Amino acid sequence: MKTTGRVNGIISNIVIVKADGAVGQNEICYVYAGDTRMMAEVIKVIGDSAYVQVFDSTRGLKIGDKVEFEGHMLEATLAPGMLSRNYDGLQNDLEKMEGLFIARGSITDPVDYEAQWDFVPLAAAGDRVSAASWLGEVQEQWVKHKIMVPFAMTGSYTVKSVAAAGKYKVTDTIATLTDAEGREYPVTMVQKWPVKQAVRCYTEKPRPSRVMETGVRAIDTFNPMAEGGTGFIPGPFGAGKTVLQHAISKQADADIIIMVACGERANEVVEIFKEFPELVDPRTGHKLMERTIIICNTSNMPVAAREASVYTGMTIGEMSNRLEELPGQDAFPMDLSAIISNFYSRAGLVKLTNGRTGSVTFLGTVSPAGGNLKEPVTESTKKAARCFYALSQGRADSKRYPAIDPLDSYSKYLEYPEIREYLDEHIEKDWVDLVYAGKTLVQRGKEANDQINILGDDGVPVEYHERFWKSELLDFVILQQDAFDDIDANCPIERQKMMYEMVLGICRRDFGFADFERCAQFFKGLINLFRQMNYSEWKSEKFEQYRQQIEQYVDEKAAK
Amino acid sequence: MTTRAFQKIYTKIDNITKATVTLRAQGVGNDELATVGGKLAQVVKIMGENVTLQVFAGTEGIATDSEVIFHGEPPKLKVSDNLAGRFFNAYGEPLEGGEALEGEAREIGGPTVNPFRRIQPSELIATGIAGIDLNNTIVTGQKIPFFADPDQPYNAVMANVALRAKADKIILGGMGLTNDDFLYFKSVFENAGALDRIVSFVNTTENPPVERLLVPDMALTAAEYFAVDKGEKVLVLLTDMTLYADALAIVSNRMDQIPSKDSMPGSLYSDLAKIYEKAVQLPNGGSITIIAVTTLSGGDITHAIPDNTGYITEGQLFLRNDSDTGKVIGKKTREDHPQVMNACVRLYADAANAKTKLENGFDLSDYDERTLKFAHDYSEKLLAIDVNIEITEMLDTAWTLFGKYFSKEEVAIKEELIRKYWKA
Repeated sequence: MKTTGRVNGIISNIVIVKADGAVGQNEICYVYAGDTRMMAEVIKVIGDSAYVQVFDSTRGLKIGDKVEFEGHMLEATLAPGMLSRNYDGLQNDLEKMEGLFIARGSITDPVDYEAQWDFVPLAAAGDRVSAASWLGEVQEQWVKHKIMVPFAMTGSYTVKSVAAAGKYKVTDTIATLTDAEGREYPVTMVQKWPVKQAVRCYTEKPRPSRVMETGVRAIDTFNPMAEGGTGFIPGPFGAGKTVLQHAISKQADADIIIMVACGERANEVVEIFKEFPELVDPRTGHKLMERTIIICNTSNMPVAAREASVYTGMTIGEMSNRLEELPGQDAFPMDLSAIISNFYSRAGLVKLTNGRTGSVTFLGTVSPAGGNLKEPVTESTKKAARCFYALSQGRADSKRYPAIDPLDSYSKYLEYPEIREYLDEHIEKDWVDLVYAGKTLVQRGKEANDQINILGDDGVPVEYHERFWKSELLDFVILQQDAFDDIDANCPIERQKMMYEMVLGICRRDFGFADFERCAQFFKGLINLFRQMNYSEWKSEKFEQYRQQIEQYVDEKAAK
Repeated sequence: MTTRAFQKIYTKIDNITKATVTLRAQGVGNDELATVGGKLAQVVKIMGENVTLQVFAGTEGIATDSEVIFHGEPPKLKVSDNLAGRFFNAYGEPLEGGEALEGEAREIGGPTVNPFRRIQPSELIATGIAGIDLNNTIVTGQKIPFFADPDQPYNAVMANVALRAKADKIILGGMGLTNDDFLYFKSVFENAGALDRIVSFVNTTENPPVERLLVPDMALTAAEYFAVDKGEKVLVLLTDMTLYADALAIVSNRMDQIPSKDSMPGSLYSDLAKIYEKAVQLPNGGSITIIAVTTLSGGDITHAIPDNTGYITEGQLFLRNDSDTGKVIGKKTREDHPQVMNACVRLYADAANAKTKLENGFDLSDYDERTLKFAHDYSEKLLAIDVNIEITEMLDTAWTLFGKYFSKEEVAIKEELIRKYWKA
């Protein structure tokens, strides 16, 4: 018997409900405005009054309107068929909704319950299993989607029977499990999981040990992201957060990408909707959309659903293998810091019970109020995330994109021995030392520039100018990247290594310029050549040509 | 707003504050309209039998025994082609007489367009102002705020944009306009003979501030009618959003909500987003583009109003004495547009550095001198607001300036573009 109630108060989207039975904190309920059924979540209970937050407009709602409590928390439906879908924050499939406008109380199925899937059993009768053990798999797009023992089933079970290979609907029983007392549990391909709880069906959570490539030089070369790691991008508006986010989601070396756009501009979400189905993943040759799930709650959709969208995204992520996601801003409750660190802690590399690994890499963006990096959300996130990509207004204003500040940003993963080892092996021995050498170069360039600004061009030795221009060279060639150019937008790690070493090589040389004007002229010419090189196809004839031209240009200068 | 025979009339008001009244009533729906002592009001809070109403015109003169009549429906606007060429108040009633509106009554502040049904904005709306077309191209379906210092001629610029913009309909939402500004808009539109494609909803400083809250929703409901039903390109001009946000703050303060940053309501982001996100490119070719003025206090861009606006909108225009920043997301523009724009801004920034050097009494290098000359020509030939030219012409002008003052290396643009457009 479900608990029901009646509306007894309305303040904006908070509705006070007099309930006739038990009500749980965070329980889901439906509020009826006439025939319209709107989802809501219990946020507070006082006596028999439940304060519920309605995920929709409460216009026209009246005292005495009916409310039904569901007896469970907000859950994500996990089943084959989620890839390529576009969900709202409550996992309604936006594509299935009728009409131009989102009508109030629109509820659509998260997956297609009629579709047939090719099921292949991976377990056999008599196997001992527990939550998250693999029972079988289906081919979804180009991912093998594992069908697992539902995460909610605690304890261990014995497989009584598994369906034979063949076509099944997601709601068909594909296995029957028995517990120690001999009770039987039918299992389908669908399971539900409360979004605010972390899935813990793994044996261990080791430290991240691999780098996740993004094709963005300022990240991969300077502050690499680890697989199973966490990072965040704070930046004032207009600093290019969105462009950077999109670049990463297009290019990241992940199996599945979940993009959570909460409180984002609708036009940007449209860009993803329209562009992703067209774009081809360079590594696999498949359409990008095939590995992408989009969860969006644009800035004009109900606020209350915004928080939910982040959690829905994370839950879907946890059940999959490797993925990445990008949410926007959130509200600020008192226990903000705890909530954020708890949330970020759901990312990670995990060892599953069968010894395989999976990972959730989490990259969040924060839009700090007033571009102030000291505000509470940014501060709390800084404590929780391991990579920090600070977008600077100054860089954005002078069109130095991506505006990732080379001095303020950091990646704690550079200090991880596991990551060092990985980089030694995959890029070059002592790569991390080279990275730090580059950072020092930028720092010294900035100091030199400060001196020049205080004392004037003539007031400082020419070496100061040379130092400054070397840091400019590194900035223009490595840190800046044209996200709108087909070739420059995505820079593979091999190319990054080559370019970076070339630039560092030049920076190590001593040119001994006669005066500062000649120094500036030399470096401007050099930067131009390098930029043309960045625009040329990797290892093409043109690319080679520019490379030789640069070597010649530098050698000539050095010879003088 | 006609009274119906069977409506129940309440005559006992329990509480009166400056903007709200509270009384006991039954069967009232959230957001519904009511008349309180002859003034229009809207339900904002219901607690059991206690209903709180926000009185748009203020509660001056309302007594505890004033008549309260509930209308049983939220605010609506009657939409039809007859909207064009007319001036309305915040309730959608014709100003200075004229016949009342006929047409289908639609709820204002309606639901959101499903993001999945949207189309990516791509078509340029040319305004002929280089500061906009070159550096901050406006694309149909976008929302762009104008951050203006109060001493800047922002309303004149808005009127200019309205007249020059190639749009099918232009909807003006005026909030807290001075009567002079209102008359200015009116005479400019009339003189240009453009009245037939302009609809105006106006709240002047003579009207109560809380009424302003209805203006954007009214304007956008009209915009949705032309864009969704008629498939037209609609440009919505909102001025001044700062005064709108101030009205929000007044109401929320009266309702004892805890104020957030800069004494604005905590929901400011969502309140503004609800308006700006109505900007849309529709699959039927219709579109709603929003340009909104946000006046700054003391040039402070980190104040809650411009700050929240900045996060919602796509690129910003600045109307102040220094330069512009922005981005191009449009697709249907010439290939060299983004790179030319970036180079211009970079060189302009170099000029600013050179100026600082000069002010600090340092010698200028040859390059510094050239950037200064470039910046001078750039402001005169392109940025000045009275220059009215096509985008291709603007780009060509920029190339001419590049060629005049800089070497190819200094401009550092992709070589294919240099080969194609460089002017020696």
